[in-house]
Amino acid sequence: MQHEFISDATLVSNYIDGNEGALEILITRHKQKIYSFIYSKVYDRDVAEDIFQDTFIKVIRTLKRKAYNEEGKFLPWVMRISHNLVIDYFRKNNRMPKFDNSGDFSIFSVLSDNDLNAEKRIIKEQVENDVRRLVDELPEDQKEVLLMRIYKDMSFKEISERTGVSINTALGRMRYALINLRKIIDKHNIILTN
Amino acid sequence: MAKLYSEKKSVKNLNELQPSEETVNFLLNYSKALSVINCNNMKFEALLN
Repeated sequence: MQHEFISDATLVSNYIDGNEGALEILITRHKQKIYSFIYSKVYDRDVAEDIFQDTFIKVIRTLKRKAYNEEGKFLPWVMRISHNLVIDYFRKNNRMPKFDNSGDFSIFSVLSDNDLNAEKRIIKEQVENDVRRLVDELPEDQKEVLLMRIYKDMSFKEISERTGVSINTALGRMRYALINLRKIIDKHNIILTN
Repeated sequence: MAKLYSEKKSVKNLNELQPSEETVNFLLNYSKALSVINCNNMKFEALLN
């Protein structure tokens, strides 16, 4: 091949002078060495590809800006750039570990924050206070049934045994308790939602 | 002594590794599109596709 005989230094100066073909020869000549070097550090083909690309973007920009000082060390210079980019990659990943959520399993389906935040906690307290006050307003017999059913989780059979009334009466009291609560809530426009 | 069955693949494979054609083409196109404009001792980069 003809370009094997052209030195890196000549190709670099040709490229700086505007010969785009020179870059192609340079990349073709060194891509395997540079890519292998990057891959040997990161062990990930995609990451190596990215770093390889970034390396040559830097090379191209430096050459086009005529900021490169040719000392016959093109390859060591490119290797140094890729080495620095590899270090940057590891530094960035240590500081901010990458989380791969692309698979079938999503970690967020398992992890969640069930704790209420400060605002929701305050709202919950207020709602509970309101409910407590509303229940206190109920007639004593209805209140008694409601507390046993809702808060003590007793069955109507147990409630009837405890209060000495029939199950139907207990059911009726519960029904009226709820109706009365709804009435008060509607009347005063109380909002009991979180 | 136990035999080692693992292959010494890394050296050979590392030498076969190459960036994809796509990446190389991207770089060549990027190079063609990029031009640096000198203006009052300042350098501006322009990507012209």
